[in-house]
Amino acid sequence: MHSNSSISLFGTCVVDLFFPQAGMSALKILEREGIQVNYPQAQSCCGQPAYTSGYSDEARRVALAQIAAFPGEDPIVVLSGSCAGMMKHHYPTLFQGMPEEEIVRQFSKRIIEFTAYLLEVLNIELHDLGPAESVALHTSCTARREMGTLQNGRELLRRLDKIDLKTHDHESECCGFGGTFSVRHPDISAAMVQDKTAALRQCGASKVISADCGCLLNITGALQKQQAHPENKTAFAGLHIAELIWQRTGGKSQ
Amino acid sequence: MKTEILHNFTSRSRAATADEAQRGKFRSAMDFLIAKRAAQFPDPTEWAELRESGQQIRQRALAYLPKLLVQFEQKAQQNGMTVHWAETPLEANQIIHGILQRQQVRTLIKGKSMVSEEIELNQYLQAHSIQALESDMGEFIVQMADEKPSHIIMPAIHKSKQEIAALFAAEIDDTPYTEDVDELIQIGRQALRQQFFNADAGLSGVNFAIAETGTLCLVENEGNGRLSTSCPRVHIAITGIEKMLENLADLPTLLTLLTRSATGQPITTYVNLISGPRRADEQDGPEEVHIVLLDNGRSQAYADVQLRQTLQCIRCGACMNHCPVYTRIGGHAYGTTYPGPIGSIISPHLLGLAETRDLPSASTLCGACGDVCPVKIPIPELLLRLRVENVTRAGTKDHPAVMRGQGAKYRLSEKLAWQAWSLLNTTPALYLASRRSAAGLRHLIPSVKAWTQARVMPKIAPQSLHELIKAHQEQKS
Ligand code: SF4
Repeated sequence: MHSNSSISLFGTCVVDLFFPQAGMSALKILEREGIQVNYPQAQSCCGQPAYTSGYSDEARRVALAQIAAFPGEDPIVVLSGSCAGMMKHHYPTLFQGMPEEEIVRQFSKRIIEFTAYLLEVLNIELHDLGPAESVALHTSCTARREMGTLQNGRELLRRLDKIDLKTHDHESECCGFGGTFSVRHPDISAAMVQDKTAALRQCGASKVISADCGCLLNITGALQKQQAHPENKTAFAGLHIAELIWQRTGGKSQ
Repeated sequence: MKTEILHNFTSRSRAATADEAQRGKFRSAMDFLIAKRAAQFPDPTEWAELRESGQQIRQRALAYLPKLLVQFEQKAQQNGMTVHWAETPLEANQIIHGILQRQQVRTLIKGKSMVSEEIELNQYLQAHSIQALESDMGEFIVQMADEKPSHIIMPAIHKSKQEIAALFAAEIDDTPYTEDVDELIQIGRQALRQQFFNADAGLSGVNFAIAETGTLCLVENEGNGRLSTSCPRVHIAITGIEKMLENLADLPTLLTLLTRSATGQPITTYVNLISGPRRADEQDGPEEVHIVLLDNGRSQAYADVQLRQTLQCIRCGACMNHCPVYTRIGGHAYGTTYPGPIGSIISPHLLGLAETRDLPSASTLCGACGDVCPVKIPIPELLLRLRVENVTRAGTKDHPAVMRGQGAKYRLSEKLAWQAWSLLNTTPALYLASRRSAAGLRHLIPSVKAWTQARVMPKIAPQSLHELIKAHQEQKS
């Protein structure tokens, strides 16, 4: 039904390096829906690390490289909410009053976050073939504010019949990643991610699902470190929402 | 002293996060305040409209600030008040000391004033043999413990009931140890009551100064503000120059935003409007009212259109209540008079960016602060701006001087590293090659040691998404 649609996929550098299976799952879900997916090999990072560290010139340079890598007018589907927020909302700010402003604005209009694309454009139907399972949902703060991904995540999980979504304590609180914040202020970041993972472990779920790989990097990294402690006998996993959807709707786990 | 305090943000935040009891106290206190505030704004549309008008009122006042200050001075003088201008904390202290000396004041009773904390008035007066007594219950506790406020609205929020009980028992004569909160408040009130009548002068802060009428507005719950400003024969009010409002009609909107955001109250117990000393036909009130208008870096923030938004602040404290960083480390770890998100955006103007260089980065940019700010200050955006000023020296490539201490975190090596990063991410061949080395990781996780404190190091996948998709597409065609 969407066979004439084509999109370009922005994988994000974190997915590219650490969670490529999330990217492959997203690709296969989109292709199964009849979407033609274009993945420009020249893409790299959205520029957020430099931007939030105060290096605007460097961020702009990297932003322009992404814009050059995605010619055309098709929607650009982004696999992480906070990168999508960067490209949709912060690019125009970065180039305000500059000669490139108009080109940047045109580019930013094409940005759509992955879960938003599944729901708002495809209104995707999901046939849940997996076993009954309890999961928790974590949404990145910037994504929640800038991209509305909280409702999208909940709605997608609702469309998976056998998923029981558990809520956890202080669910809307930041996980403590914040990009370079996590290493600039490691003690504060550690305190935050410890509270977050403790809440997750106590909520009755066995997995945390997120559409944001920065947060996942932080949360799963902490969960794995805690696994070394004898008191944490049960493993608690973290998964990108694309991977969960692909696995539960017939896709083979890779 | 300040320099030393400020430069240890990292060690102080380490100590604070390690203190489980302290963290628990802040968590439950902040949760309480968050819930109380939320209950006051049940309707998102009303909230959106209210804060929109709050923002407009504050922006309008700032747009006309120079004019309003002059107008306020004239009106206040007509009302019989004396207006003093202070550029620095030292000047403000000297002005206040001068007034007290002339009036031969030995004891000053104080209502709550964060600006008096900002200029470290108590210490200054003490060095000049004048006793300053805090009369706000929280400030009273903090002063007795020889500490500083840890929150702008709830100065003693870091103290447990047990700690206060022990403090009162030890410091106030004939006081038994009790953990009964009502009793503790009564003990404190008794100890304070007599001081109001003994003091020769009272000092207060100011929530809003109204240019149209030359009126000072002061909100409080304990009545100590009213006593401090009406019992003694001299009243001195101190405020930052940004607290001006154009009209009396601007007040209701801001008051409702302030009290609901701060303590979750629809209105405070006392709203004081002070328009001058006692008149001939009046029974109560001071003989003299002085107002000290302090700049202390505010005009620096004012000069830049973006940074000016910092001055919209009405000091409700909601941003700190909702801040996950403040909740973890508490107020003292910041080392500044104003902690939390508002502190991180205003302190660089008050103290210079060099002294406060670690504060703009002490945020995940989660945005909770900006979402709850009743006057819509884009706090995350301002933190980002300060991060730029932190690493950019004035005078370099189209970059004007905007603030004291600009470029405090500039390091050539770091600049070069980011340039290398941008080269990597703008050159596909380099990007693809870099993932096989540590270079690609360096900017995502620049410090392995810091990262692995709470997490394992992530494993680079054997094949990147670039490679997997390439293979997938080749297979399909
Ligand atoms: S910045 Fe906003 S939320 Fe924070 S204290 Fe000021 S007015 Fe309140």
